[in-house]
Amino acid sequence: MKIIVLLKRVPDTEAKILINQEGTGIREDGVKFVINPYDEYAIEEGLLMKEKIGGDSKVTVVCMGPEEATEVIRTALAMGADDAVHIADGALSYPGPFTTAAIMAKAIRDDGFDVIFCGKQAIDDDMAQVHCILAEMLDVPQVSVATTFELSDDAKKAVVGRRIEGGDEKIETSLPAVISCDKGLNEPRYASLPGIMKAKKKEIRKKSLADLGFSEVPGGGRSRILKWLPLSKGGECRMIEAEETSDAVRELVRLLREEAKVI
Amino acid sequence: MSGDILVFGEIRNGELKKVAKELVHGAMTIADGTGGSVDALIIGTGAEAEAAKLAGLGVRKVAVVDDEATANYSPEGYATVLADLVKEGDYGYVLLGATSMGRDLGARAVAKVDGVMFSDCVELGFDGGTVKVKRPVYSGKLYLEIAPTGGRPVFMTIRPNNLPPAAEKDGGGEVARRASGIDLAAIKAIATEIVPLAGGRPDVTEADIIISGGRAMKDASNFKLLEELADLLGGAVGASRAAVDAGYAVQPIQVGQTGKVVNPKLYIACGISGAIQHLAGMRTSKVIVAINKDSNAPIFEKAHYGIVGDLFEVVPILTEEIRKIL
Repeated sequence: MKIIVLLKRVPDTEAKILINQEGTGIREDGVKFVINPYDEYAIEEGLLMKEKIGGDSKVTVVCMGPEEATEVIRTALAMGADDAVHIADGALSYPGPFTTAAIMAKAIRDDGFDVIFCGKQAIDDDMAQVHCILAEMLDVPQVSVATTFELSDDAKKAVVGRRIEGGDEKIETSLPAVISCDKGLNEPRYASLPGIMKAKKKEIRKKSLADLGFSEVPGGGRSRILKWLPLSKGGECRMIEAEETSDAVRELVRLLREEAKVI
Repeated sequence: MSGDILVFGEIRNGELKKVAKELVHGAMTIADGTGGSVDALIIGTGAEAEAAKLAGLGVRKVAVVDDEATANYSPEGYATVLADLVKEGDYGYVLLGATSMGRDLGARAVAKVDGVMFSDCVELGFDGGTVKVKRPVYSGKLYLEIAPTGGRPVFMTIRPNNLPPAAEKDGGGEVARRASGIDLAAIKAIATEIVPLAGGRPDVTEADIIISGGRAMKDASNFKLLEELADLLGGAVGASRAAVDAGYAVQPIQVGQTGKVVNPKLYIACGISGAIQHLAGMRTSKVIVAINKDSNAPIFEKAHYGIVGDLFEVVPILTEEIRKIL
């Protein structure tokens, strides 16, 4: 079984994100980068599947990102992934979903695959599109935002649970398929010390666009960024104070009804 | 490619989602700019009965697809129906709700027509001959204003509760049935079951009012306090990551960067300090109320109204006071 896990390097959830001076992107100085948090569930699900099926099953990480992404790839390898493909090319900056999907589709098709796990979205551009576009390009089904994953005994099908508005939906899919993973799917393991040592010897195959057979960036030029906008500073908070808590609460209820008109 | 706009009207349990009318409003904004017309597509069981809700909003034509192959949701199937209609009608713009279904099928369909898609838009405008949208990035820590470069269909998923619903207009649009053209046997992934949420409360992503609890809830059983208030207001109960990690609340109601992004009219944060990850998930709420013992809690910087106090004292009084006026 060839299990692929897609990985992205993103700013830490704790990071304060500021617009750079030129207004063309974010300030990266002082920002810590980590594995996209949802991708950790994808790695774990890939490893669980490998452990369940055994044999010559293999988990391959595919990551597109700058040189520095090697660090998050090593982390995934330390968790237990077997090897990795790292697509890095100077021509790629802020790639859109079609660009990412087209490049990954090529890399994955070259290698072959039985299932692809990825995070439900990357917490930088928050598009949640790549996995669907990739599935279309590879002509396989996708199931988005998985919170449960049950593989059939013959490993040819899976029942995937996903949380939708007002309920839990079960989707039955044949494999190969692309599954995007949400928090709650599993408990991602930590990299162990022996895992970290082993990871140093695992193979990371570096690929440029040319290595993948592209003479230019595919799927680009579809949109243009007009402006990066900071958050509007929230208005002043009206602190409601009174001798008795009940008086403060009564005033709050009045304000919510008469001023804010929300109840 | 024309300046016409196609709105995807999502139905769940045979009922049209309310975001559909907001999408028509957005579509009218684009139509004013392009001079094009607004059409709609509704797929699934009960589609025809719901079509009238959109036909009365100044929509030219509502295409209705309801056959055996579309009885249950399938990303490929629904995306095929949408993409086929986009090609056939030469639509320049497609609007979907930023819902579980809209985001999933929209991204698949845009791949089929080789277009471009902007996800989770919170504002939509048209000037200088082009549509432009505003969307949150970095989990809502920044916004991006972005426009298509032209020449290919533009898909947009719009967050519910951001645009006003379109107004009723005289003269209903035409409702036309359409075959899905899908071979059910060729569908590789399909929904087999939907289990409704217990408790009958709305989902946090759809609720107009959310009562949310943090680590200060101290115990899972104390969420009863919040449930009582939420039920009184027809709202949902949410939780911070700290409360979920402590086992006080379940993950599906987690609000924040690794949970749900919510956009209610009223968000009441009870005993939530306001970590940056939590703020990322709820800062666009129209009115935010913070109840916290610590007057220095960062949540007060984002709140519109604040009470410094113990939630175990404040919330029961709040429930009683609201009960009196409803």
